[in-house]
Amino acid sequence: MSKQAEAPLTQARQQAASRGQWRRLPLIESPRLRWGLAIGAVVYLFLALASVEVNWARVAEGAARAVNFLGAFMQPDFMSRYDDIVAGLLESLTMTLTSTVLGVLLAIPVGLGAARNISPLPIYFVCRAIIAVSRTFQEIIIAILFVVMFGFGPFAGMITLAFATIGFMAKLLAEDIEDLDWRQVEAVRATGASWWQTMNHAVQPQVMPRLIGLSMYRLDINFRESSVIGIVGAGGIGATLNTSLSRYEYDTSAAILLIIIAIVLLCEYSSSHVRRWTQ
Amino acid sequence: MPVSTTPQGQPVWRRRTTRAQWLQYLAWLAGVSLFLLCWKMISDNTMWVFVEDAGRQGADLISRMTPPEWGYANVLWKPMWDTINIATLGTALGIMMAFPVAFLAARNTTPHPLIRSAALVIIVSSRSINSLIWAMLLVTILGPGVLAGIIAIALRSIGFVGKLLYEAIEEIHPTPVEAISATGASRLQVMNYGVLPQVMPAFAGISVYRWDINIRESTVLGLVGAGGIGLQLNASINSLAWDQVSVIFIMIFATVLVSEWISARVRHAII
Repeated sequence: MSKQAEAPLTQARQQAASRGQWRRLPLIESPRLRWGLAIGAVVYLFLALASVEVNWARVAEGAARAVNFLGAFMQPDFMSRYDDIVAGLLESLTMTLTSTVLGVLLAIPVGLGAARNISPLPIYFVCRAIIAVSRTFQEIIIAILFVVMFGFGPFAGMITLAFATIGFMAKLLAEDIEDLDWRQVEAVRATGASWWQTMNHAVQPQVMPRLIGLSMYRLDINFRESSVIGIVGAGGIGATLNTSLSRYEYDTSAAILLIIIAIVLLCEYSSSHVRRWTQ
Repeated sequence: MPVSTTPQGQPVWRRRTTRAQWLQYLAWLAGVSLFLLCWKMISDNTMWVFVEDAGRQGADLISRMTPPEWGYANVLWKPMWDTINIATLGTALGIMMAFPVAFLAARNTTPHPLIRSAALVIIVSSRSINSLIWAMLLVTILGPGVLAGIIAIALRSIGFVGKLLYEAIEEIHPTPVEAISATGASRLQVMNYGVLPQVMPAFAGISVYRWDINIRESTVLGLVGAGGIGLQLNASINSLAWDQVSVIFIMIFATVLVSEWISARVRHAII
């Protein structure tokens, strides 16, 4: 809103305030849009809630199970499926590490190609298309396809996570490259540097801290994802968790969930340290 | 940057000291060995026969997926509506729960440090468990259906919205808060007139962003029985009807693109 249009409004507000009728500024300025959105939201809410079918008898029956489950969290059982849990965890962790390394390595060329300021238009479009496909589909959908192609097991899971990593890392890397400090690139080019030398001495030092931080963050995400893609047969702790849930062994499931939370916490804590250290 | 001198008296510039150089080599060695060890563990658990076959399988898959069976799209409108409902209602429920948690978790608005750590525990555990796992739990508790999906999305959203919102609250400007408390306002009034207006734009942006992510996540919740288009996806995959699967993929792709566009527009308008 321009200054001229703002002035009379503020005056009117001040006059109202001096009469003791002060009201706070609304979040959305245009009243028509504000009321339109509110009415739309109410109508949508009615339509949506009307179309949700809930089997209340089944929900009531589940209440007892919910209590069981909460009880299991108080007494998680790490021991009776110890071997399965350890095997699943090791698989998840190895998948996480290899897929992050492979994904980041593959994301670097894609990210360079998807940065508008250093790549030609055709390459830019190809790389952006790769990013869009990899980011749109959930890891688990990609996992289904790769399980069909590569067979059951952690290999399919690793390829899935690596593929998802490419889209995530390449997009953020490309954005970082697009707003880097162009003067340094020009300075290095002015010395007669080749393309490789420009990348190595002008671009890489500027994006490296962010790249390391993002890789750590992605490591964390990949671990969280590796705990679910096991549901469709792509290896990892997800398969163990799924089995324990369908056997109603809630104490084992609670143990697995607690382990996942602990590892994610550890990852987050150490990655914040690494990020502080690189910057 | 260490400089050493050659016997001829020439200064030699090097980037690192000898010790730092060796430490770096060692770190690389450790990293590469760890990667190779992990790689070996994965390759031991892999049937390489299947992997060698992957190209043929992939080609076979693509030939089965094309042409998509467009007629199947008519069956998909209702599941798609369910999916959007799961995402939207789940987001709404999630933000309602995340809002108080964020105020309890922010250092400058929390009533007590102990309550703050409890709120942080809620945020962390909600964030570290994927919405599919929440859905699996809720399907065993509540039975299959849309309700389990909505609650799963809501539980997962608490952590995300809560974390970003409490960071926004911690970054607010203290001046308006002080001004309002100087008028003798109660704690709740300070929140309402001093803190809330400052975080409202961030809050709206975060909510729309989470809604966009939730649309993406709710497309797969059906795989574990929590309603939406994932149910149809699961059925088609189990009956090996790959030409129906490709229709579903195209619909998911289109929906996600539209939701991403809407969310980007709204966030652009707010900021």
